[in-house]
Amino acid sequence: MAYPHSHPRETRILSEHFGEIEATTLDGWIERGGYKAVEKALGSMSREQVIEVVKESGLRGRGGAGFPTGLKWSFMPKDDTLPHYLVCNADESEPGTFKDREIMRWTPHQLLEGCIIGSYAIGASHCYIYIRGEFVDVIPVVNQAVVDAYSRGYLGRDILGSGYSLELTVHLGAGAYIAGEETGMLNSLEGRRAEPRIKPPFPAAKGAFGMPTTVNNVESLAVVPHIVTNGGDWYRQWGTEKSSGTKLFSCCGHLQKPGTYEIAMDFNLKDLLYDLCGGPPEGREFKAVIPGGSSVPILAADELDAECSYEGLEAAGSMVGSGGLIAMDDSTNMVHAVRRMVEFYAHESCGQCTQCREGTYWAAKILRRIERGGGREEDIPLLLDISANMAGKTICVLSDSAAAPIVSSIQKFQDDYMALIAKGQHAAVGT
Amino acid sequence: MQATETTTRATSLTIDGTDVTVPEGTTIWEAARQLGIEIPVLCHDPRLRPVGVCRMCVVDVGERVLAASCVRQCADGMSVVTQSDKLDRCRATLTGLLMSDYPDESRRQVTTADDQLLELAERYGIERGKSALPRGNGRPDDLSSPVIAVDHSACILCDKCIRACNEIQHNDVIGRTGKGYGTRIGFDLDNPMGQSTCVACGECASVCPTGALTNVQLTAPLRPRSALTSVDSLCPYCGVGCTITYHIDPEENTVVYADGRESPGSQERLCVKGRYGFDYSRHPQRLTMPLIRREEFYPKGALSSDVRGARGARRRKKPGGLVDYDEVMPAFREASWDEALDLVAGRLKEIKDTHGSSALAGFGSAKCSNEEAYLFQKLVRAAFGTNNVDHCTRLCHASSVAALLETIGSGAVTNTFGDVGNADVALVAGSNTTANHPVAATFIKDAVHNGTTLIVIDARETGIARHAHHFLQIEPSSDVALYNAMMQVMIEEDLVNHDYIRDFTEGFEELREVVRSYTPEAAERVCGVSADKIREIARVFARAKSALIFWGMGISQHTTGADNARCLISLALLTGNVGRPGTGLHPLRGQNNVQGASDAGLIPMMYPDYQSVADEKVQAKFEKAWGIPLDPKPGLTVVEIIGGALSKEIRGMYMMGENPFLSDPNTNKVRKALAALDFLCVQDIFLTETAEFADVILPASSFFEKTGTFTNTDRRVQVGRKALSSPGEARLDWEIVCDVARRMGYPMAYDSTEEIFEEFTALAPSYAGLTHENLQPTGKLWPCPDPETGDGIQILFGDGFPTPSGRGKFVAAQHQPPAELPDAEYPFVLNTGRLLEHWHTGTMTRRSRALDAIQPQAFCEMHPEDLAELGVETGEPVHLATRRGSIVLAVRASTATPRGNVFLPFHFREAPANILTHDKLDPFGKIPEFKFSAVKVEKAEAASA
Ligand SMILES: Cc1cc2nc3c(=O)[nH]c(=O)nc-3n(C[C@H](O)[C@H](O)[C@H](O)COP(=O)(O)O)c2cc1C
Ligand code: SF4
Ligand code: SF4
Ligand code: FES
Repeated sequence: MAYPHSHPRETRILSEHFGEIEATTLDGWIERGGYKAVEKALGSMSREQVIEVVKESGLRGRGGAGFPTGLKWSFMPKDDTLPHYLVCNADESEPGTFKDREIMRWTPHQLLEGCIIGSYAIGASHCYIYIRGEFVDVIPVVNQAVVDAYSRGYLGRDILGSGYSLELTVHLGAGAYIAGEETGMLNSLEGRRAEPRIKPPFPAAKGAFGMPTTVNNVESLAVVPHIVTNGGDWYRQWGTEKSSGTKLFSCCGHLQKPGTYEIAMDFNLKDLLYDLCGGPPEGREFKAVIPGGSSVPILAADELDAECSYEGLEAAGSMVGSGGLIAMDDSTNMVHAVRRMVEFYAHESCGQCTQCREGTYWAAKILRRIERGGGREEDIPLLLDISANMAGKTICVLSDSAAAPIVSSIQKFQDDYMALIAKGQHAAVGT
Repeated sequence: MQATETTTRATSLTIDGTDVTVPEGTTIWEAARQLGIEIPVLCHDPRLRPVGVCRMCVVDVGERVLAASCVRQCADGMSVVTQSDKLDRCRATLTGLLMSDYPDESRRQVTTADDQLLELAERYGIERGKSALPRGNGRPDDLSSPVIAVDHSACILCDKCIRACNEIQHNDVIGRTGKGYGTRIGFDLDNPMGQSTCVACGECASVCPTGALTNVQLTAPLRPRSALTSVDSLCPYCGVGCTITYHIDPEENTVVYADGRESPGSQERLCVKGRYGFDYSRHPQRLTMPLIRREEFYPKGALSSDVRGARGARRRKKPGGLVDYDEVMPAFREASWDEALDLVAGRLKEIKDTHGSSALAGFGSAKCSNEEAYLFQKLVRAAFGTNNVDHCTRLCHASSVAALLETIGSGAVTNTFGDVGNADVALVAGSNTTANHPVAATFIKDAVHNGTTLIVIDARETGIARHAHHFLQIEPSSDVALYNAMMQVMIEEDLVNHDYIRDFTEGFEELREVVRSYTPEAAERVCGVSADKIREIARVFARAKSALIFWGMGISQHTTGADNARCLISLALLTGNVGRPGTGLHPLRGQNNVQGASDAGLIPMMYPDYQSVADEKVQAKFEKAWGIPLDPKPGLTVVEIIGGALSKEIRGMYMMGENPFLSDPNTNKVRKALAALDFLCVQDIFLTETAEFADVILPASSFFEKTGTFTNTDRRVQVGRKALSSPGEARLDWEIVCDVARRMGYPMAYDSTEEIFEEFTALAPSYAGLTHENLQPTGKLWPCPDPETGDGIQILFGDGFPTPSGRGKFVAAQHQPPAELPDAEYPFVLNTGRLLEHWHTGTMTRRSRALDAIQPQAFCEMHPEDLAELGVETGEPVHLATRRGSIVLAVRASTATPRGNVFLPFHFREAPANILTHDKLDPFGKIPEFKFSAVKVEKAEAASA
């Protein structure tokens, strides 16, 4: 059975078993070689060795920031005087992003394996999977997998006789994007408002319940079993020096074949768009593409010939982000699109930082004013001024994320703004 | 918890090009301040945990993201830029964003003119209304609280109020609600402030930088501090003795508002009474002329319908339960001071001459200053010639003081409440601390937050119980059984401190004998707490590295009050928890000068500083000092004097600031007794219920109108300073006392209260060396061996006790039932007490606009299940009756009060609690059993309420 729109040019490591309903069961997973990696890591590797192989693989966090996973693990204190926690970030709420959902719904045990090995590596005795509450179809699948894993001794006391014990709790989010920010998530997990914390201290020093904690994205953890089984060099055979391995891109918007595709990280963006995703709808051209979720800068149609690596997309003027690709064709008015995105951030700002709370609100309001024909030319520098003040000054980067599409759309699609402003002024003169 | 010594490393960095070295952990903002560089802030306040949300204080530390200097700690080699065009632009835009929707009129700016956002706006040249941003629709006003106005549109979400509420006062009322621009501060689950659990302490309004939370006008219009006169003084209410700066409008002769003032005790914190209860002194019912009872109103008796006890006879005209002056004033005529004073002195002297000195008695008050208390007892002892002088402390902590004097030789606290921060375990017994000592409670809550284990033992689930790790809800009056069982466990399991017992105590063997039979299983049957829990608590307490014991009237106001206190003292001695940081015995004192009034000698068996009247040497000392022979016979106590009036043993009385009609037990008996007096002089600021029985009423001065010293629950002697002038012909209390003494033939002359204080301290060794001058600005603890430099001794008895043997004495007690047990006819237990917003007999608080608005009505509390059984809804009237009398008032359902119990606040004259109480006394402390009477509860007809 083919997973919707699978394509031969994909490199399917994580997604190998997507679409196979049997892979969601524990037996089905074991038949597919599941839990071998757990046996290997817990049975024959030290914590340090696990961290080492993940370091060697060059794996970078898939949650958005791209921080090297092995390095992050190595920041955890080595002594065990305090309890350690692993928190799996399964809150996936970034607009345009739906790849973690696919991992969990088709291969929940793949994630659990990652959680177990990750927890072992950082010396955690308890792992939380913080899952987006709206994932009503996914949550039972993950819950069932956890129950099965406990019953077979992959979780709980003395896992597989290794002497290592791990409890795992699935925790449901309650509908706030900001709970996906790692320290907001920790607050939410503790029963508080999901307000991001000031860093430092970083979670490795003071995380969940004040204890050393690592937060990892679903995709980052799910690939770890493959690395443990096959080694760091094996993973490095794909991608580039700085961006090894494969990455899931969830592609949506004006595409013929939207869906989640797994590509080597040196894959070309244009090929992804035209070859795998089938290009824009009949008779349309791409106008803009956001490659990594709404928080990254927008690329214009002439910027799409880029490598999908961290450095490649950065060189093109954007970022890998979460890998949530949003394609927009030439029917799109960028002011509408950006206003929609900014409204999302205005709605989801936790409200702590002045710039973010007030800035997102005012930016959305000005964008609405422009759309409705009340815009003025001075609104452009005003938007840029507000955006400049929103970036690089706040507790978390939601504020930066909200500013990114405003700034890049003004840089690249100023015509759309000017046309609306002119039309409004014209209409005003006319009446 | 014991503060662990950590060696602080130094950190070196440069700020704006200047090298600086600071202790590790210092924030950039703090370090910059030390260099004289001021970084603008909005959400930061050194009293609060930094949260870094407003982003006004951001600085460049060379990272991608600008860092908030108020939270970011300095690091070695860091290079910080606090001033640049980029930063200026950032701060300006930020201010602009906040200003764009700021209300045209900031309530803070138009009142106290210290709006910090407007200050920044001016600095960055941002004009309101000139913003290029489209103006939004503002967030709403919330004027539901009588004392704090909320303007959500002026809120910049700096989080200060939230931290003040949660981290200073630990009331946890305020939080943020909503997301994005819709984020607002919310009270509880986003209720209007006035309908939330807000206790109106005003801490939030005091830290708010904008017009969002401001104090409402209570007297004259609020104005900037610089336009008013500021007086550093004290709170007139409870024994915590918070320090306050009053801002006075001299033309209006009124306090306009109050700020908490920095001091070692209260540390700027205040409760609703201290911050908002200052306006009673300008109430129109203030007495301004001496009053003499008219001939037609003899024989004497009660005048107002409430005091007559004629329930339902007449509809109350005004709500709020104040004395109706129209009803009582016709009984009196105004007189000159000369006429009134002559009459007082003449009648008292006449009684003395015909019936002897012991037919006279005086009640002083714990509301009076040390100077007034000292002079008053001197008047009674030297001019009246009797030791029949007492005051309301008799009714609150007499049993505690008696037990403390008996066991450890000193009636005062051994350690301050603030030291609870150093305690491993704190035990709060029979104290509704959050209501009655609200600011002390904040320090207990602080301690809990920082790791102190809190044990609360009470019959009611009081506010402080909510913060306890262990809450033991015991059966009323079962204290001795519980504490004996705890001690039994400690001895049995060998958890006692043998070294301490050997070196510093006596009587251990007797104690061991007595408590032997109090097994946890036996105690369980009496106090309703499981044997396991008793064991657990005993272990927690005994194993504590340091333990501090607080107690209140739930311990003292019983016929077994002294026994209860003895048990707590034994607990401390058994475990060696006296004389070290984080340990001690702290009976929380009720009124502002309970400690001082006793220290100054308003006690029938003691001269000032607890020197026994029966001791010949002491007698000689005071005879010499006062130049007159003194009576060696100890006098009668409060309740005994009232009894004496009834039996004609007492014929003439002088009351300074006391209102026994409402405060003393068994009101119907008090009514008869007061009416039976041949002569009664009442000196007060209002015409109280007691004054209705007076022959002469002398108009006195309120707290705000005089200077004097007050000793708080910590033994801290502080100066209350004159802030207002007295109304009409009202005079200073000490001057009146001197005049009466002189006219009775005993000369008394002083130029000032300083001079009185000097005379008092010369006779009271504990106060030696203290003067008004060296007590300012924040007072000193007694004893104070080095008054010019030191703050006084905080922790007493590290090396023995001021007892004859130098040892602390175990005095064992046996459990005894209360004097009046429930029966078929009177099946409920009546427990009287206090509310946060009111104080004592309500003469002051019910005349405070704010306090009366918050808690205007008499009510009692019962468990909802009891109410259901009685068929009464919350808010409906009930009829409470005991063997002595009955009252009708509304009942509120509350699970804090256990089943079978009625909790009744005693502040309300229209439903006087003491109609119901009985006057059996603790044989040792002579304190009545306010906490336990048998009562009958019935649904009342609405009309009679
Ligand atoms: C506003 C905001 C929302 C975020 N949402 C998510 C999310 O939904 N899922 C996620 O994995 N990471 C999210 N992140 C990133 C996390 O903070 C964090 O970097 C990530 O979970 C770390 O995992 P990784 O190192 O495996 O990528 C978000 C970050 C921000 C600032
Ligand atoms: S940047 Fe926005 S979302 Fe992030 S902490 Fe600040 S206010 Fe909250
Ligand atoms: S705690 Fe006591 S002293 Fe302090 S403000 Fe309140 S009533 Fe006054
Ligand atoms: S003052 Fe530092 S962030 Fe508000």
